[in-house]
Amino acid sequence: MAVRIERVPGGEFALTTADFFINWARESALWPLTFGLACCAIEMMGAYASRFDFDRMGVIPRPSPRQADVMIIAGTVVKKMAEPIRLIYAQMPEPKFVISMGSCANCGGPYYDSYSVVKGVDKIIPVDIYIAGCPPRPEALQFAITKLQEKIGRSSPTRSALATPYQEKGSRVW
Amino acid sequence: MIETHSSSLKTDQMFINLGPQHPSTHGVLRLGITLDGEVIVKAEPDVGYLHRGTEKLCEVRGYHHCVVVTDRWDYVSAMTNNLVFCLAAEKLMGLEIPARANYLRVAMCELNRIASHLLFFGTYGIDIGAFTPFLHAFREREMVLDLFEMVCGARMTYNYIRLGGVMADAPPGWADKTSEFLKYFKTKLREYDDLLSFNPIFLDRTKKVGIITAEQALDWGLSGPNLRGSGVSYDVRKTFPYSIYDKLDFKVCVGEAGSCWDRYYVRMREMAESVKIVEQCLAALPSGDIMAKGVAKIPTPLPGEAYAHVEGARGDLGIYLVSDGTSCPYRLHVRAPSYINLAILQEALVGLRVADMIAVLGSIDIVLGEVDR
Repeated sequence: MAVRIERVPGGEFALTTADFFINWARESALWPLTFGLACCAIEMMGAYASRFDFDRMGVIPRPSPRQADVMIIAGTVVKKMAEPIRLIYAQMPEPKFVISMGSCANCGGPYYDSYSVVKGVDKIIPVDIYIAGCPPRPEALQFAITKLQEKIGRSSPTRSALATPYQEKGSRVW
Repeated sequence: MIETHSSSLKTDQMFINLGPQHPSTHGVLRLGITLDGEVIVKAEPDVGYLHRGTEKLCEVRGYHHCVVVTDRWDYVSAMTNNLVFCLAAEKLMGLEIPARANYLRVAMCELNRIASHLLFFGTYGIDIGAFTPFLHAFREREMVLDLFEMVCGARMTYNYIRLGGVMADAPPGWADKTSEFLKYFKTKLREYDDLLSFNPIFLDRTKKVGIITAEQALDWGLSGPNLRGSGVSYDVRKTFPYSIYDKLDFKVCVGEAGSCWDRYYVRMREMAESVKIVEQCLAALPSGDIMAKGVAKIPTPLPGEAYAHVEGARGDLGIYLVSDGTSCPYRLHVRAPSYINLAILQEALVGLRVADMIAVLGSIDIVLGEVDR
């Protein structure tokens, strides 16, 4: 990516594009929803805790969907839980992103043949990043956040009022 | 307070919905609470938001594959789940477990109990409003997970205890690293007491709150630290010793009043007992095989049934296993302690203030993976 910030002599001004500025703001403080479903939630907590320290990446958990930017689907999505997940996703303000953490949320994982499990959370809400693993390590979740930041950096928010990377592809399902 | 108002003001009951997305439900529990002012008049736990149908799934999995599924019931103490399934299946197959494997199994289960109680300690602090214990607890929990990673490569879902023994021997240096950790951890246990256990604010929030009498606890079938917190000395490791627990020296920790604090403190003391058990296992670790001879790749036990139960981190964890002679279990039923402990909320929450609700819910220490399975 080309350098978008140019400093004029003296350093009083920084010139950049609106796209770059908005993306920089969006990607630097991704606040996820504290929303644990199953085993992966414990690894998600591990990522917030002492050793892995998510705060240094600007990732601070928010208990309310109204304050959250990212929804981390950490665990198995079962049919009874599918409706609340859609509701919580709808309650999040735009722009919103979804990380599908672990095999269960990706595709059903070890419960691929279970009668009560939704085989992948992407069947009910759009997903931006998938993390493999059962459960993925906290490092993997942090890697997913950096990947999401890259993805946000590629989007052009000025093209439409609410354009998130997913919507640009024209495949918005919600 | 309610009576004085009811004469002059029209009051109404209010229904509030806690969960399934709530940071203090430790997963996806939903509680339907009916309030009269600030007092809870009715509490209904609604489970099933994590029902993955694992009991049914086990009917189409081979016996070795079932162990993988057991990891994901009570995912914060997966070793005990592995153990209880293996004990039941080994009863069906009549396998003789080598001594070294038994010692390794018990050492892992107790380390996992420490990890699980540390998670409780951290999250219960957050529930009450103290964030710092969480960071302390997870610092030590990561060290336990490192020990597990050394033996089986996984941090949470181990699949380490297998039919007939354990997956792999402890690698060189594991025993030293473990005893180093235990020595360090004993000093930390005292620190936790200073940090949270005897903190005046914490005591005010938990000491006289959510009292469950011994009679109530027995009526509702509680087990584990929740039952012992009410003063009943019942521990499967002592009452029905399995594996090598009859050779080990440890105490059953019992609380007094049955309040939230008693349940909390039973767990804190249990960690010290687990440290003692692991130390004894390491000192007496015999050499030899880690896997029984003649474990079939695809076991087909004779038709029959077996029940095994162990003391999990949350209570009396049992498995009832029926074989019809094929390669998959005919039926598998789990006596899940979290599920049974959860039911007492219907009684324990009534009459409490809404602010105490989370204190009681947290002290029961449920894991939704085990509640719903």
